[in-house]
Order: sequence, then C-alpha cells, then structure tokens
Amino acid sequence: MADFLLELRCEEIPARMQPKAKEDLARLFSDALDKAGLAAASIETFATPRRLALIAKDLPLATAAVSEETKGPKVGAPPQALEGFLRKVGLTAEQLTERDGVYFAVVEKPGRETAAVLAETIPAIIRAFPWPKSMRWGAASLSTESLRWVRPLSGIIALLDDAVVPCEIDGVASGRTTMGHRFHHSGPVEIADAGAYIETLRAAHVIVHFSERCKLIRDGAAKAAAEAGLTLVADEGLVIENAGLTEWPVPLLGRFDEAFLDVPPEVIQLTARVNQKYFVCEDSAGKLANAFICTANIDAIDPAVVIDGNRKVLAARLSDARFFWEQDQKTPLAEHAKKLERITFHEKLGTVADKVERVAKLARWLCEEGIVAGDPALAEQAARLCKADLVTEMVGEFPELQGLMGGYYAAKEGLPQDVSDAIRDHYKPVGQGDDVPTAPVTVAVSLADKLDTLVGFFAIDEKPTGSKDPFALRRATLAINALSSANSLRFSFKNAINAQPIIGPDTDSFTIFERLYGHGFEHRSERGAQEIHDNENIETLADDILSFVVDRLKVQQREAGVRHDLIDAVFALGGEDDLVRLLARVHALQAFVTTEDGTNLLAGYKRAANILKKEGFKAAPAEAALSYTPEPAEKALIDALGAAAPRAAEAVEAERFADAMAALATLRAPIDRFFEEVTVNAEEADKRSSRLALLGRFRDAVHRVADFSRIEG
Amino acid sequence: MILQPYDMRMGAGTFHTATTLRALGPEPWNAAFVQPCRRPTDGRYGENPNRLQHYYQYQVILKPSPSDIQELYLKSLAAIGIDPLAHDIRFVEDDWESPTLGAWGLGWEVWCDGMEVTQFTYFQQMGGFDCKPVAGELTYGLERLAMYIQGVDNVYDLAFNTAGVSYGEVFLENERQMSKWNFEVANTDALFDLFAKAEAECRNALAAGVPIAAYEQAVEASHVFNLLQARGVISVQERASYMGRVRDLARSSCEAYAVKMTPEWEAKYPGWSLV
Repeated sequence: MADFLLELRCEEIPARMQPKAKEDLARLFSDALDKAGLAAASIETFATPRRLALIAKDLPLATAAVSEETKGPKVGAPPQALEGFLRKVGLTAEQLTERDGVYFAVVEKPGRETAAVLAETIPAIIRAFPWPKSMRWGAASLSTESLRWVRPLSGIIALLDDAVVPCEIDGVASGRTTMGHRFHHSGPVEIADAGAYIETLRAAHVIVHFSERCKLIRDGAAKAAAEAGLTLVADEGLVIENAGLTEWPVPLLGRFDEAFLDVPPEVIQLTARVNQKYFVCEDSAGKLANAFICTANIDAIDPAVVIDGNRKVLAARLSDARFFWEQDQKTPLAEHAKKLERITFHEKLGTVADKVERVAKLARWLCEEGIVAGDPALAEQAARLCKADLVTEMVGEFPELQGLMGGYYAAKEGLPQDVSDAIRDHYKPVGQGDDVPTAPVTVAVSLADKLDTLVGFFAIDEKPTGSKDPFALRRATLAINALSSANSLRFSFKNAINAQPIIGPDTDSFTIFERLYGHGFEHRSERGAQEIHDNENIETLADDILSFVVDRLKVQQREAGVRHDLIDAVFALGGEDDLVRLLARVHALQAFVTTEDGTNLLAGYKRAANILKKEGFKAAPAEAALSYTPEPAEKALIDALGAAAPRAAEAVEAERFADAMAALATLRAPIDRFFEEVTVNAEEADKRSSRLALLGRFRDAVHRVADFSRIEG
Repeated sequence: MILQPYDMRMGAGTFHTATTLRALGPEPWNAAFVQPCRRPTDGRYGENPNRLQHYYQYQVILKPSPSDIQELYLKSLAAIGIDPLAHDIRFVEDDWESPTLGAWGLGWEVWCDGMEVTQFTYFQQMGGFDCKPVAGELTYGLERLAMYIQGVDNVYDLAFNTAGVSYGEVFLENERQMSKWNFEVANTDALFDLFAKAEAECRNALAAGVPIAAYEQAVEASHVFNLLQARGVISVQERASYMGRVRDLARSSCEAYAVKMTPEWEAKYPGWSLV
C-alpha cells in the first residue's frame, strides 16, 4: 500500500471556482482508479489560489491481473470471419479456445504497476478538467492545440510514497517541488511524501486546507469584531470567497468615517461586500457600525498600513454610494417613474411604464373587490411607484437593491408607510423560503405584479418549456401561490385574469379578454390585439394558465406533504380556480383517504367505476321508483345515498370539507355490503339498469367532493 | 520597446494599435507606453476624489506571454516602492471582454490593500481571431498608483513633480470644463454627424485596403458614441444598435488588418495560419 500526492500548481485560480474544482478533481481521480481496477482507502482534496491538490491513501502498488474473454465466430464459420476476429484480438488460431462450438479469445492481462497507471492518469485528468473557463498561454499558444488550464499551469507534484511518478504535459514535468507563499516564502519547497505535504507547506506560509482557511477567517473576523466591542455580521459566502483569495488569511478590522452611516445600511454592506469582499459589524443595539473587516493574505509588517489602504478604498466607494443616495433623492419617485417609458419590458408587452400601468389597475382591482383588504388608492399609488427605483443611480450600481431603495426614497419623500413598505417588499417572495408579505397594500402590489407577468407572457405564447423559463414564470407562480395561501386570499383565478389590463406599445388599456375578443373596443387598435396573441380562444388561455398554476402548486405542496394526486382529484372536477379553497379541499381529502373508511370507500368507488366503465354507463338518470322490491343491501345503499349525497353537496357548498368527507364516510359500509350481497349484473333488465343507475348516482355523489378516479392506490 | 501614446481620443490603452493590432499574428511583440484615456461618462466636474473623465494608463504588452510574467509584474511594483510584505497584493479574478473589439481574455485585477491598481489579462481572442500566440497585457492605473505611493486621498492633491506643482493645478480646471462639455454642451447634432462620417470613412478605408486607417476611424466612432452617451441622447433601444455599429467597424478593421498581414506572417512562420 502507498499514499499518493498530486499537486497542480498554477497562477491564481478564481476563488469562486475552487470548491467545485476540488470536487471535480476527486471525481476524475476516483473514476480513473475505478477504470484501472484500483481503490484508495480515502481521497482528500485541497485548493488554494495557487494550487489544486489531492491525497489518496492506501493505494495498492499494482492492479490485479485480469483475464478478458472475447467471443468469436462459430467453429466452421467462413475463413474470412475467423481471420477478421484474429486480427481484432491479435492472436493466432492456435491461441483460441473452443467452447460449445464457438471460438473464444482469452487474453491474460497482467497486473500493472500503480505508478504506471498514475503516470497516464495525471495528464488525462489535466486535459479533461472541466474548468468553467480555461485559457491558453505562453509560447506554446502559437498553436490553438496547446494545453488549456484555468490560468497558466506551472508545476506538477506527483509522489507515490516518496517516489516521483514521472509524467509530463506540454512541457510541465512532474516532480516534488512546489512554491510556498508568494511573499512570505521565497524559493522552492521540496515535498518528501504525501504525509509531509500539509505541514511542509504550512511552514512555507500556505494553509492548504480550504476548510481550515475558512475557519481562520470566520473565527478571526469574529474575534476582531469582539475586540472592538462589536458583533460580526456573519456571511458564509464571504468566508468562502476570502478563503479562495488567500493562502495565509489574516482578518483585519478597520473603521470608516461615521458620516457614511447616513447611507442605508444595506447599501454600505453591499458596497463593502460586493466591491471589496469586506465583512461588516453591528453594535450592541444591532445597528450597523462604522467598521469593516478585510482579509489580508499576509502577516503585514505593519497591519495599520494595510488597514489604512483598505479604508481609503472603501471611503471612495462609500462616497460614490452617498453621491448616488443624495442625487437620487433630488428627484421624486414619480419623476423617476416617467423614465420607465424608455425601458422595454418585453417587445410585445410594452415598456416598464406600461407594465406599471397594468399592475396599478390590477392592484386597485384586487383591493376594490375585497380580495385583498388594502386601501385601493394606496395600492394603486404604491404600484405606480414600485418600479421607479430601477432608473435611480443606486439601483443602476447595485441591481440587487431594487425595491429596497424605492422603499427608502418613498419614506424620505414622506409617502405613507403602507406605500413605502409595499414598494420595498413587492418583489417578495423571491423564492421558496423567502418571507411572504402580509401587509395588505404590499400583498396587492406584489400579487398584481406577478399576475401581470404570468398572464402577459402566457398571452404572447412565451410559456416555460422543459428546463427553459427565461421570464421566471415558475418563480412568479410559486410567489402567487405563496401569497394566496399565506394571506388566505379568496379569489377566482380566472376572474383575476379577466380583470387584467393589457397595455402594449400601441394600445390603450383593456383586458386580455377584451383585447382578444375586441368586445366593445372596436375603436381601439386592432394591430396590438393581433400582435399580442393569435389564439382566439381566451378560455384556452385561462385554462392553460390555471393548469400551470396548479402544477406549480403541486410542486410547492409536495414539500408540505400534500399528495399531488389529491390536488388532481379536486382540480379535475373543473371550476375550482380558487387556490385557497382548492387546498382546503385537498387537505380534508387527504385526511379522509388515509383513514380506514377512506381507503375502503376508495376501493368501493373504484369497483363501481370499473363496472360503470365496462358497461359503457355515462350519466346517471334521476332517481326513479323501482319496479321491483330491492334487496336489503340495495335498499340500504339507496337510503344511505339519499341522506349522504345532499349532505355532502351542502357541506361542499358551505366549504365545510371535513363534513363533506364525513358524509361520504357513511357510504362506506353500505357500498361494501352492496357489493357483497347484490348482483349488479342481474338477469332481469330492469334490475340491472336500476342497479347501474344506483352506482352511477353513488359515483356522482363522490365526485361532488373529488374525482376519486384520480386518486392513486 | 517604449512607445509614445496614440494621438487620438480613446477610452483605454487597449485601443492603441500597439495592443490591438499587434496582438494579432505570430510575431513576438514587447512594448510599453503611456496612453491618456477619455471616458466622458466618468466625469465628476472635478468633485470626486478619484473619478476622472481624463486620466493616464501605462500599458505593457508582452507577446508571447512570458512564463514569469507575474514575477516581472511584482518586481515592477517593488521598483516603484510597493513592498509586498508591507502591502497586501492580491490577484482577484477579473476577466476582460471587449465586444467592441471582438476580444476577450482571462486574468485578474491586481489589488493593493484592496485598491485595484492593475488590470492583468491574457488575451485569448482579438478581432474575432484566436490569439496565436497569447499576449499578456498589463494596464497600470497611473493616478491610482501615484496616490498610493504619495499617500494622498484625493487625486488632485498628487504632487505632479518635485517643484510643488499638484495634479489639481494641472488638471482640475480641465476636468470641470470637460465634464460640463461632455454632459451639457457638446452639440449632439454635430456628434451624430461625426459618428456617421467616421463610420463612412472607416468603410471607405476598408474598401481601399488600408485597415490601419479604417481602425482609426473605428476608434473615433467609439469615442463619439461615448460622448453621445454622456449627453444622454441615446435611448436604451438605440444603444444596442450603436454599439453593434461600432463593433462592426472595429472588428472589420482588425479582420482586414489580419487578413492583409497573413501572407507575410505565414511566410515568416511556416505552419502558422490565421484561423
């Protein structure tokens, strides 16, 4: 057994690529071992800005011998076939073995030395390495066939125990020599073997363990903050990024001018984070402090010099941010909003200003209809301003501050808090797990914004397909569902679509229905209507959208443990486009079908449905007097159905879904008994048709609650 | 080889023919020069401590990129007084792409105590052609480095010489007036006209088989476009179209240059080919 060390040294590897590169190296290496029939007890990988390394422990010194058998032609096959086979396997006829009238070539492959396997593996891994971006360099790049790597590759260490595994790729030969820290250690570093790698480099000021550098940064930053009487704002993304930028990380705390704290804390944090990769701190009251923590890659002669340099850079960045903050406030949001006319939202859906107009009308409608309990005027006002910050300097610089800055500017203008909060939060929720707004004005604007996006893109046939969802309609739909269920918003989805005003580049406002049908709007631009959609059937559009929404609901509810087949069972009834009610129904159904009554009723239902299907029985006729005396079990089912069917229907109507289920539960015993004691396929035609009709009525009663044929199991 | 600045208005040293055109072809090329740069939209009327509409870059181009290019670069910093054990020097990923020139490369921005002092790029493509071989380009921000070495926070406080003249005394009034002209005064009709004329002249030069002259007109069109941007008269929709026109001029010029030079290159480097 032997331990193997591989180090691929190059110029600075982008920080963001290092974690993935470690995984790729481990994968490529263990695949190569597998292929060669080798296995290591463990494989560990390392990454720093200047090296990617791997240690494999307890590798066998050679691969096992294997015998490979290849099937050949039949004995007596034409000589050409035999000759071809011999050429392929490189044997003579005498060397073949014969079994059951067929020739076989058996080739004994002796075991290979692991060192030889590795010598082939290393160049293959380097050539196959999946860097997100790679480059050519140096004199060899006179040809485009020259080696590619993330940055120029400068050295390879390949040691099996203490012996170099000799290999070479494009003029870079393997050895045992590497480099230490770029500034703290001059001259080459010799590595004895895999076991010495980590500590030899540590002595040369390089911490090869990515996770150890992360810990040094995380703990060091927290300690620096604590020493200043502050609390570090934890940011694991920054920890990882700084670990990818350093071989010898040294967190240092500096202060910036307190005057910058007038700028919103989010802006300061983002400036520090995105542009400079600094951490920020909070004081004991949880407010952003005038402190930053940078991560140096050296033990500086005088850390104060490094800190001061970084302070100056941050000050220049913050003064730009403050410039934007002050400039933006010189113009009211309503003025900024006018510039949205210059930004195209989508070529067929007009400008962002057009979108704002639609969202404003829809937000007002949602409040006026009582769907959202917000003030219609405030909802409209907030919607009209919600996108205005897109044209501000600050959002131009930091797009991720959209919404937030609008909220700040609205508050500074003295607009009502409902309005500024709605502007700030109307993009929410931006994904699963994000906060779902509950303030009514915010809910109205957020919902209107997403409905507009969803309906607009469906109307111009830009639906998501497969993995492609360029306009993030799935995310918008998840947000619509989350807003509806978190706020118990009761509305007919189709009505909401109907209320949706569409304003395109050449048109006035009118709803999709109106636009597509032109009802009463003949005087308006027909051109726009044609551009928007060639689908004449608005019902199809609304149905498409609704089924897309329900599909998303299924995905969303899966995590909450709601069965998708039950959502189908309720949705399949048709007419259910109130998502909150749909879910309430599904919840009751799920509670029911998992009970014993539920399972048995489902079995009874399936049996009934199968019989009806086999008989080609469609709609049940109204209950009619029987021409014969029913058997007791038949009578019992008729009576039970007579009681349960109206009870279930009434309960559904009143949205008491658990009661509806309870009503269905009373049918379980009678249907079981009916199937046990009564012959449906009676010889007398009248008995047969009456009994089929009874089963039909039973099926209808069940269907008033849910389409049980959709339920699995 | 030490060269002089290109005598035209341009947004970056990369536009100098010693960089763009010389990055093409197989011949070794090692040159350095200072290039004054003009970025109209970066003007701040002399009121920002380090944003200027006119500043200087020192550019070094080494083709093919030497294997010790990073060490050479670090020695250049040491030579101007930046000690890497006193200052935190870092190579931070920053890939470069100029759609205008049909060019891209991989590299870093070099940080000194968190400040970007150099752009370091390995050119991979220029004018739409693979670089064969690859050139290494180093672009030093002269004002930034000077601020660093002199320890001043405001560019206008830099000592321009040892005789007591400050950078502000040389350039502050220039920044004020040029910012005003860039943003408020420049006659936009005249600029649109200039753009159209540069575009036409570029085509004329291309047709006549003088791609270097065509390239100059592309550089001119690019700068006029930047001025129009600063004047705020190009809408979002138009912007993409103008950029496409500039790109087309620059790429056509680079391409024509490369094609014109190829017989000579192929003769000197048997086996080399443009594509």
